[in-house]
Amino acid sequence: MLRISIDKIDELFAAASAKQTLYIPADRDGTAEFTKWENGIRLSNSLNTVRSVKDFFFPQTENLVDFKLKGKNIEINDIREECEDFVIFGVRACDARSFTILEKVYLADPVDSFYKNRRDHGTVVTMACTRPSETCFCGVFGIDPTAPEGDAACWSDGKYYYFEAYTDKGQKFIDSVSSLLEDGDTADLEKVKEATKNILSRLPLANLSTESFGGDKLNEYFNSEKWAELSESCLGCGTCTFVCPTCQCYDIRDFDTGNGIKRYRCWDSCMYSDFTKMAHGNPRLTQLERFRQRFMHKLVYFPANNNGEFGCVGCGRCLSRCPVSMNIVKVMKALEVK
Amino acid sequence: MNSNDTLIPHIGVVTDIRIDTPDVKTFRVVSPEGGKVFEHMPGQCAMLSIPGVGEAMFSITSSPTNKEFMEFSIKKCGCLTNWLHMMDVGQQITIRGPYGNAFPVDTELKGKDLLFIAGGIGLAPLRSVINYVRDNRADYGDVQIVYGSRSKEDLVDYQEIISEWMNDNGVQVNLTIDNAQEGWDGHVGFVPDYVKELAPSTNKTVLVCGPPIMIKFTLAGLKEIGFTETQVYTTMELRMKCGVGKCGRCNIGNKYVCKDGPVFRYDELGELPDEY
Repeated sequence: MLRISIDKIDELFAAASAKQTLYIPADRDGTAEFTKWENGIRLSNSLNTVRSVKDFFFPQTENLVDFKLKGKNIEINDIREECEDFVIFGVRACDARSFTILEKVYLADPVDSFYKNRRDHGTVVTMACTRPSETCFCGVFGIDPTAPEGDAACWSDGKYYYFEAYTDKGQKFIDSVSSLLEDGDTADLEKVKEATKNILSRLPLANLSTESFGGDKLNEYFNSEKWAELSESCLGCGTCTFVCPTCQCYDIRDFDTGNGIKRYRCWDSCMYSDFTKMAHGNPRLTQLERFRQRFMHKLVYFPANNNGEFGCVGCGRCLSRCPVSMNIVKVMKALEVK
Repeated sequence: MNSNDTLIPHIGVVTDIRIDTPDVKTFRVVSPEGGKVFEHMPGQCAMLSIPGVGEAMFSITSSPTNKEFMEFSIKKCGCLTNWLHMMDVGQQITIRGPYGNAFPVDTELKGKDLLFIAGGIGLAPLRSVINYVRDNRADYGDVQIVYGSRSKEDLVDYQEIISEWMNDNGVQVNLTIDNAQEGWDGHVGFVPDYVKELAPSTNKTVLVCGPPIMIKFTLAGLKEIGFTETQVYTTMELRMKCGVGKCGRCNIGNKYVCKDGPVFRYDELGELPDEY
């Protein structure tokens, strides 16, 4: 397998970024975020970034279209441009799987051209996990963090980084750094994978069950009496939706620049009180309904519409970020119909 | 980029504004080159916007058999609709669509006797079907229209109702207003009660739209008379941003009103959670 010595990784980043913009997880103020690589930016040792990789394809805000108003007339300016090629290195298996969920929404007919543009030009190079944390439960959703998906994958045994391409885009990335790679045996890497699998099997959430969820008991779950207690502490802050790699709800708003109107798409959250508010009322009046919507969507509605596939990848971000320690795991444990 | 994206709208020109009621106006919209901006089926919706103010979903009131323009009957009830009501003829707006499914005019409704039940602005989406049926008269059985509003002044496009619908063969129109008033010698009372009083034949297929409370009592009344839920269609409305099932807010259970609806048969709606 093609590999590079760990102490040469910066050379690899330099070579890759000479061809296309490269983003890697780097530490900033004690947490990791995907950062544009340039000399001096070092690969983070953190397990994962605070914000998910969805930001690159579905940014928090983006300009959809511009308008100029002239008297009674309107000029529509399609400001879309072909995106430049870029690589995101170090994506974890959970985040890599989130694309298959986002794409069931954004690439379903009619295709969202804004999302597709970035996906077409973005190369995702994943990084196998070696130190999964106690908030990890990707295995529950059938994800193997020692064999991440993506355009190309990377593994580390502590001495080398190993690479394998899965798609043409992934191969292009590997070709762009191939002069730095050498062929080497993977015996040590296999040992690391085994050790990681051993940790995974002993994680506290390894045995969380999804069995009773899915589209079959839609009304039974919707009408569960447990939502009242589960939602009681929810502040409606929306943090869970913002850090979630699979949350894809958005708002569309216009901004008057004084010299024309810019129409933006912004992340929105089903946890917010005005999410469904209309002139004549609001079908989700209290936090109970809004809280229920988020988890019903991930555990029941999404699977009902997508052959049983859940809208969660077990990344654990909502577990570590919710200010009142509420999360999908607690909801699953409380609601589970045995 | 040369691919189309549904979020990028077209320009529509407002060529006529009809004042229907104290708070409802009907806007005629064509493309800048003339003619309709796009084709639709009865029951489908479009996103209208005044850039800088907002964008919202409205049902298309005109019938697809109208080849020249689209019409939208819009009640003044919020920010965008207030702005729309302030427009003058000649104003451009943006329009995108059509969105959603339609009433099954070419399948389940074909050959059937039809009963339309509407309250207030709820006539807007049904007017598209009514005029489609009138223009394809041979394809459908008898038509009965029960329409009610708060007062005579609140009946949307009263002129078309009395000068066209009431003169059609095979079309029976029953109007009602909530409270008696001078100059009204028609029926007085709420729509659900009037429907029961009229006791329509239970072989009819029903299309109902109006305020939620009216729909609720109308449906209960229809069941009392002997109608089943599979005979009744309605059209829903929830807050929407995209119109294509991606922005994530107009769902009832796992169904998105914008793409799986807005038209639902009552038995289908009954299977969904009560959150609308």
